[in-house]
Amino acid sequence: MEQNPYLPITMKLIKNMCETEDKLINTFTLEFLNKQDEENFKYMPGQFAELSAYGHGEAPFGIATSPTEPGIIKFSVAKVGCVSNALHLMEEGTMVGVRGPMGNYYPMEEFKGKNLVIIGGGFAFTTLRSMAVYMLDEKHRADYGDITVIYGARNPGLLLYKEELAEWETNPNINLVTTIDRPAEGWTKHVGFIPTITEQVAPSSVNTYAVVCGPPAMIKYTLPVLEKLGFPPERIYTSLEMRMKCGLGICGRCNIGPKYVCKDGPVFSMAQLKELPSEY
Amino acid sequence: MKISKEKFGQSFDALTAEYQVVAPVSEAGAVNFKAAKSFSEVKQDYLNSKLPPKSLLFPQHEKLLSYVKDGKDITVKNELKVGKTVLFGIRPCDAKAMLLLDKVFKNDQYRDPYYFDRRDNTVIVGLACNKIAPTCFCSSMGISPACSEGSDLLLIDLGDSYNVEVITEKGKDLLAGLGELAELSAEEQAIVDTVKSAQTTSKVDVSTITAKLDKMFDNSYWDTLHEKCLGCNACSFSCPTCHCFDISEEVTKNEGSRVRTWDACMAPLFTLHGSGHNPRDKKKTRWRQRMMHKFNYFVHNNGDIACVGCGRCIKGCPVNMDIRQAIDGVNKAEVVVD
Repeated sequence: MEQNPYLPITMKLIKNMCETEDKLINTFTLEFLNKQDEENFKYMPGQFAELSAYGHGEAPFGIATSPTEPGIIKFSVAKVGCVSNALHLMEEGTMVGVRGPMGNYYPMEEFKGKNLVIIGGGFAFTTLRSMAVYMLDEKHRADYGDITVIYGARNPGLLLYKEELAEWETNPNINLVTTIDRPAEGWTKHVGFIPTITEQVAPSSVNTYAVVCGPPAMIKYTLPVLEKLGFPPERIYTSLEMRMKCGLGICGRCNIGPKYVCKDGPVFSMAQLKELPSEY
Repeated sequence: MKISKEKFGQSFDALTAEYQVVAPVSEAGAVNFKAAKSFSEVKQDYLNSKLPPKSLLFPQHEKLLSYVKDGKDITVKNELKVGKTVLFGIRPCDAKAMLLLDKVFKNDQYRDPYYFDRRDNTVIVGLACNKIAPTCFCSSMGISPACSEGSDLLLIDLGDSYNVEVITEKGKDLLAGLGELAELSAEEQAIVDTVKSAQTTSKVDVSTITAKLDKMFDNSYWDTLHEKCLGCNACSFSCPTCHCFDISEEVTKNEGSRVRTWDACMAPLFTLHGSGHNPRDKKKTRWRQRMMHKFNYFVHNNGDIACVGCGRCIKGCPVNMDIRQAIDGVNKAEVVVD
């Protein structure tokens, strides 16, 4: 029988961990209950899922894990509304609903043979993390050239995935640049806003794609820097957020012009976005 | 060919044993589509229903699933339930609107089972319009008062009988059980010819609207169009092609259900992000969305204008906003089309 796309699968919240010192972002690790569910949940970096906190509702979140990490999926979620608050307060072991994977993904095929610069700000680092982990996997690493990650937050305590970042610092397969907005005690790495740091450390745009996710102001000021560095709009990708309900391109609220961010996105190239009205 | 109303009425009553028969009935001073048990309840001489019959396939409030929580565990139940339905007496504009909704609830990736399982189990009996309201403009939208598009059977009221036209196999099957058919008299044929050649008196020109709107996203036209709108959503809720919905939860202590309810792009909360950001935070941008979606985006995605000219939004608007004038405004905007 055809699958009902409104029915979530049930997954178990096995870990509910606070990521940031402001206590506003938690990472939820969900475990598949059976092999069949996992088989049906084939996803790629950049896709999202609708997460149900039963009794409160469901909301869309980018998948922070990579398909190379079997058995589980993770989401890093800011506490802003009804569903996210319920999830933050949820006890480990609780069953949640998941619909997905939804949306398109970063063009991992197109990226093959290219260098990548991944630029993330704040907690918009989730699907970028998925992409980096995917490329670092031993089955995929040879497919891609140099990988540079430029990741910034207001202060060190707001960076996500701190243990993983520490590991990347010493990993020769990835070049990690972290930055914070203002100097902080004990911080020895870059200080400055993402656009400035990008201008200083970004690799040559030759044979390179840029993927940028972050708050609107960061994106607004980073794009001209990338343009100056020689990245054409076809080689700059981003992932958009919108209020969503169905996630299926039906309920009508997440459109930008004729495109639905849930179904036709969330990943768009700058060249694609230039063809759409600026209503996002 | 025709069927007498007496015979049709008997068959209608018999159909209610096998089908849910939904027909126009009077309630609280208005005509709306409701399940009818007898042909005697059916309102015949109505211009059009106050609310569109879309609610039959896409109810205003519908359970998608229900659940029971037990500590940390959850049991989820699919609430998709479908029965066989005959939708009797819908106007050609609304039958055409069903074809447009079909394009929404199925796209390149997904099929909405709640809509389509009902759709596939519904037979549509259209009823041509012998009378035309001053707010009707279907003739401008490629339809006409006796258009058969979207109907399985099309009836034309001849007084004591109906002229019957079979449009689809589904219609043919239904007709087989309805009773004997007879030839039309010359007089009756004249009525059929008149109804079939009728046009709405109110007209709009939509010949260039899609191409013009392609270039009008940043046009100053939107600065004033919305000004008297109250944002009440009456236009969307009474529109046979509007289909936006919300999904929310209804919860008691340990049990709950996930429901979908009609929503509308004219509501400010419709696009409000969790962060507080709202890409359509002004009435201006919401009116632009309404016009763009119906006359431009929908055309690009599905090949049709998402308006059938039923005029309900004009009748229902408390401040006399008129979509025909909004269309004229686009036509008058100084925009050069390639």
